[in-house]
Amino acid sequence: MPTCREEFSKGIIKGNPIFVLMLGLCPTLATTTSVKNAFAMGLAASAVLICSNVIVSAFRRFIPKAVRIPCFIVVIASFVTIVDMVMKGFFWEQSKSLSIFIPLIVVNCIILGRAEAFAYKSSVLRSLLDGAGAGLGFTLALMLVGTIREVLGAGTFWGYPIYLDSFSRPVYVPMTGLVLAPGAFIVLGLLMAFFRHLGNRRRRPDLREVTFE
Amino acid sequence: MNFGLIIQIAILNLFVQNFVIARFLGLCPFIGQSDDKKKALGMGVAVTFVMTLASFVTYLLFAYVLKPNSWFLTTFFGTIAEDGLVDVLKTASYILVIASLVQFVEMFLKRHVPALYRAMGIYLALITTNCAVLGVALLNTTDATMEMNLLTAVLQGFFAGLGFTLVMLLMAGIRERLQYLNVPRCMKGAPIAFLCTGLMALAFLGFAGMAN
Repeated sequence: MPTCREEFSKGIIKGNPIFVLMLGLCPTLATTTSVKNAFAMGLAASAVLICSNVIVSAFRRFIPKAVRIPCFIVVIASFVTIVDMVMKGFFWEQSKSLSIFIPLIVVNCIILGRAEAFAYKSSVLRSLLDGAGAGLGFTLALMLVGTIREVLGAGTFWGYPIYLDSFSRPVYVPMTGLVLAPGAFIVLGLLMAFFRHLGNRRRRPDLREVTFE
Repeated sequence: MNFGLIIQIAILNLFVQNFVIARFLGLCPFIGQSDDKKKALGMGVAVTFVMTLASFVTYLLFAYVLKPNSWFLTTFFGTIAEDGLVDVLKTASYILVIASLVQFVEMFLKRHVPALYRAMGIYLALITTNCAVLGVALLNTTDATMEMNLLTAVLQGFFAGLGFTLVMLLMAGIRERLQYLNVPRCMKGAPIAFLCTGLMALAFLGFAGMAN
């Protein structure tokens, strides 16, 4: 049985929801126009993921197998509603710029996937760690895409302009295309290829052993 | 109902604000099912069908149950009629209505229209948790950019589904050709598909001026 530390860390790199498992792609493309948006989206989805994992795992003995998916959906939808209302109440601007992607967390495959594949079979503590790890992996991946798109596409980071000369004038002409739709697809495609390449390189020694034996 | 509005909704949802390319909705089936044309068409038809039905049902739910001072609330729950239930119940009620609708349609087709069921049955189950379907429901009601009524909502659902099918078929055509090309190992599958979609999105940006 894996240790608690492994439960937490497996979702960050080895099983990163976006680059490795390719789940939850819609928010990855839509909300990464800036680092701030990406961070807010990641945090909102992580909160829902952790809460739903804990509740599903706590009630796993009472949820009949035949109707488990509708039960998961109801649990997830309740937490999404809570997050949506909290965002609207305290971070109005942020919730405006994420628009429909906050309610759409409910159909995010990562959350339903973790509930079905992990939380329904594991203890509460392990589910909590698993949810926190996958949520962190998701947030970091979103922020990576968001950073690349904002720094190269708008010339800013977290809304603050960078690339200034000593008179604080911008010295870089941003590639606006990266903030628009095509840039999202291209950046994500290249990042995915990069991570897959890293994964292939790490696995190569094993392959060599197999062929020589 | 004037003809111009229909054309406007059609062009807006097929090209300018295409669900996959411009709004980033429904990417999982788009990447997952677009590796051959037959699968892509089956998925597209099923999504169009469900999106049209879901638009119809969720619009009725919004207008007659959830909205402040709606018929249902004033008749049965007079005390909360002023506030409405949109913020509290929209997510949960939409997803449950869509899920049960899909289940119901699947059972109905299996029983009465077996030919249609064979054509798109396996895709129906996948569609419940497709963000394009919930997305169109939200864009028709709470997050609408223009004044909607039942007819425009259904039309938007239908044309958004057609837009999805269009992009799906284009992508399937590209990917069938990609199979015969020498793509670097780390780019095979999803990464190269994303790059192609990026180029396609660049082409679709050209439609942006057609909005008016």
